Amino acid sequence: MKVLTANRLVDGEAVWFSAAHRWSETIEGSEIAADKAAEEHLEAIARAATDNNEVVDAALIDVQVVDGGIRPLRLREQIRAAGPTNRVDHGKQARPPVSQAA
Amino acid sequence: MYRYDEFDHEFVKARVAEFADQVERRLAGEITEDQFKPLRLMNGVYLQLHAYMLRVAIPYGTLNSRQLRMLAHIARKYDKGYGHFTTRQNIQYNWPALADVPAILADLASVEMHSIQTSGNCIRNVTADHFSGAAADEVADPRPYAEILRQWSSVHPEFSYLPRKFKIAVTGAERDRAAIKTHDIGLHLKRNEAGELGFAVYVGGGQGRTPMVAKKIRDFLPEADLLSYATAILRVYNLHGRRDNKFKARIKILVHETGAEELTRQVEAEWKSLRDGELKLPEADVRAIAAYFAPPLLPARPEGDEQVKLARLDSRSFSEWLDRNVTTHKNPDYAAVTISLKGIGETPGDASAEQMEAVADIAEKYGFDELRVSHEQNLVLPHVARADLKVVHDALAEIGLATANSGLITDIIACPGLDYCALANARSIPVAQEISQRFASLERQRDIGELKLKISGCINACGHHHVGHIGILGVEKKGTELYQVTLGGSADENTTIGEIVGRGFGPEEITDAIETVVETYLRVRRDSSERFIDTYRRLGAAPFKEALYGSEAKAA
Repeated sequence: MKVLTANRLVDGEAVWFSAAHRWSETIEGSEIAADKAAEEHLEAIARAATDNNEVVDAALIDVQVVDGGIRPLRLREQIRAAGPTNRVDHGKQARPPVSQAA
Repeated sequence: MYRYDEFDHEFVKARVAEFADQVERRLAGEITEDQFKPLRLMNGVYLQLHAYMLRVAIPYGTLNSRQLRMLAHIARKYDKGYGHFTTRQNIQYNWPALADVPAILADLASVEMHSIQTSGNCIRNVTADHFSGAAADEVADPRPYAEILRQWSSVHPEFSYLPRKFKIAVTGAERDRAAIKTHDIGLHLKRNEAGELGFAVYVGGGQGRTPMVAKKIRDFLPEADLLSYATAILRVYNLHGRRDNKFKARIKILVHETGAEELTRQVEAEWKSLRDGELKLPEADVRAIAAYFAPPLLPARPEGDEQVKLARLDSRSFSEWLDRNVTTHKNPDYAAVTISLKGIGETPGDASAEQMEAVADIAEKYGFDELRVSHEQNLVLPHVARADLKVVHDALAEIGLATANSGLITDIIACPGLDYCALANARSIPVAQEISQRFASLERQRDIGELKLKISGCINACGHHHVGHIGILGVEKKGTELYQVTLGGSADENTTIGEIVGRGFGPEEITDAIETVVETYLRVRRDSSERFIDTYRRLGAAPFKEALYGSEAKAA
């Protein structure tokens, strides 16, 4: 399973392409590609978003679904999704949980 | 310290305007990322895991309080209220928005600072001994020469597209505190028998995936020939350095593949045609630049000795700090103070905006407005009257910056690692934090004595692990972090590359492994005067391997 991630051009914020078809600042709710065709669809979105200068460094990353949440397989992507482990007051982890924020 | 002249001001201003325009065009979609990336890198803007990163140059690590306050202002206004001091004596901000970078650069320019050549395949920030101008053992202040090199190398048309980045360091003392032998060019400022100033020139040092100790190619280069000789070295490198393979593109590989003798011959041949040309440094110009670095007028403060003696009796924490963080000054009434940015369990090299501002106040009040950033990721007040040491200590203690661990095991160099860096394979900072906490007891640290521990999160070796007495290299193995331990490195006048001791350790094992190494040293050292590095050089890796791997080591 893969999701599409990138950094937003204007501020570098790590973003993920959501099931609602917009770039989201958190990994929750990302559009998950479960087969080759879905991956190709996300790759096309990545190219388009890069070409129109919305995002940079777009890439598909491997994820798994754990307890209903999307969890990247690689530590690097886990840290991107959460924030630096030495400063838990920074990055996505410092934000209020989605359920409370909504 | 050096003050910008009219040319410098115009040059930096023009560069800010140029980059502001480039950013604007990028955000408007007029240029692609492929076109923009080399431009942003030339201005110190990287893209990391969570955000952009801006690296600001601090030439030869020298700052005044106004500049440090501006760094604090930028941290607060455009970042998350802190900055990270680096091993190139620079500062990095981890969270700036690209759209804000032009405003940040304009703020920096207002205090004579910039981010030019903090990245890219050009000559990077020239570093120098952080005690320059203050150290009792220096022959002369190396910073005027670092400044001359800075002026010569800034947007140098011939050397802006080198095969790879190029780093120069200068020291003015026999005792090398600038790690010159780990640099592309290392310069040791000294006097010849006639009393004239010049340099021993070392070439081809470096870390990364192929660590090399620089080779001395000239024992004495007259001061006036600094730029012609540096040009000759850069020309030989620019011509023959490998552009076909990024991993073999540094000058260290050229020196290694060509051989130091042949490379020296090529450099000397090139130099012959250059040495009596326009690059010869006019004596008057050298002295004019040196005048900028003249030490402040230091009034006699002979009461310091008595005051320090009394305060030492009165305060244990002051006494401990005095032992570790205060360095002999060339003026007996004064001292150089190391401000540790290595509080127990903290991120090495980080300082909050409030801490920067408080340090700026202290520097202004007690330090003749002078500050340094050390390549060991600490700050330095180079000129403090011994009579003011107690009050400086107390002021630093108030902001959590009086940790008395300079040169001890918790004074760790660590790269940002996988917590921030897009190149990293493993985390560095949490490893540093855990080791720092394990060895938190100052009594224990003092018993262990001088021990340089350095951690990198990938083979690029930004955390200088190759030259740590104990080095730790984080790698990724089968999707998890693994830490290799090297022993016996050093980055002083006896520079050596550490040797890998054996198989690596997982994140949960690495602190125990380091403790095992340290306990082994304590067991086998001759006495407490034999430092870790000396014990390692005497006994080699065997006792440490035995302690770490036991029968496994015997079988191997």
